[in-house]
Amino acid sequence: MEYILIIISAIFVNNILLSQFLGICPFLGVSNKLSTAVGMSGAVCFVITLATLVTYLLQVYVLNPLGIGFMQTISFILVIAALVQMVEIVLKKVSPSLYQALGIFLPLITTNCAVLGVALTVVTKEFTFGGEPHMLNLAESIVYAFATSVGFGLSMVLFAGLREQLSMNDVPKPFKGIPIALVTASIMAMAFMGFSGIVK
Amino acid sequence: MSKMQLIVKGLIKENPTFSLLLGMCPTLATTTSAVNGMSMGLATLFVLVLSNMAISAIASYIPDKVRIPAYIVVIATFVTILQFLMQAFTPAIYETLGLFIPLIVVNCIVLGRAEAFANKNTVADSALDGIGIGLGFTCSLTVLGLVREILGAGSVFGFKFISGDGILAFVLAPGAFLALAYLIVIFRKLTEKKA
Repeated sequence: MEYILIIISAIFVNNILLSQFLGICPFLGVSNKLSTAVGMSGAVCFVITLATLVTYLLQVYVLNPLGIGFMQTISFILVIAALVQMVEIVLKKVSPSLYQALGIFLPLITTNCAVLGVALTVVTKEFTFGGEPHMLNLAESIVYAFATSVGFGLSMVLFAGLREQLSMNDVPKPFKGIPIALVTASIMAMAFMGFSGIVK
Repeated sequence: MSKMQLIVKGLIKENPTFSLLLGMCPTLATTTSAVNGMSMGLATLFVLVLSNMAISAIASYIPDKVRIPAYIVVIATFVTILQFLMQAFTPAIYETLGLFIPLIVVNCIVLGRAEAFANKNTVADSALDGIGIGLGFTCSLTVLGLVREILGAGSVFGFKFISGDGILAFVLAPGAFLALAYLIVIFRKLTEKKA
């Protein structure tokens, strides 16, 4: 039951893009076409889940016992950068077709604040899914990370679909490009606000 | 380029928020009030100036291939220093901005200036560039925070001027997107006439 709450909360109620404002750069940058949006979402989903697993273990088994919690920011960003590089190399060897599909998005993900944001959230924030406030354990962290990135993919794909339709319309000149996209995002955020209150 | 131009260009021509559209995450997330927006802007300014200076000083010693990871480590170091300083001196603001302080590491403005300016200019010029861009960012965040605070809570820098509540949506997520969209449009209109 708790896992279901985590999943619903991370995908709909606290959508990473539309209510937490993490990962806005790719949200605005590569959402012109539906196909690139799907590719980006896939890559982000993969990296967020993997990065959260690694940084969680790093925090619990290295940083906490040594009492060097202040190294969190530096070590996490290095781990994420190294991980993205490694994923790129492994994918190239193991699955060239997947590499073709995700390839150009992978380097961009290092500086996607959604990855670092989720990694930091699961080790610093207390959650109250069904009961007492507590820190997430490993399994919950992974589920949270995966569900969050599914939420990212969901709003990203919906948004790209809307923008594809918008590009055929006659938009006033100062609104061209980013401003009209932001107005669209605003309306989407309003729609997602309807989910608030489902999960406490 | 004169020293003055280095600072001024960050405010209008290369304004990171309204003209270059960089650093959108903290821009949208932390501008629930003018004070929050300004604090986030100043925090970024601090990191930007110091990392610009450090990177321009050491740029010639860094091999070209590993420069991006090296820059990120430099930036992350200053962000960690900032976290300590804020925890010690402004714990309330540190609590409010929360996650977005460590996330300055992945703010594209900071890395962007390191790559585009600091690694090929002198330490003094890089510091001025950091101050200019940082001030531009701070001003934009303060303005966006102010607009959202006036519409959403009916107050200016925490001083209420209406009784009752404002339009709550402007403090929440939808208002952030909407206010930013209209500010960009206004900014475009104003700079268009000047040119």
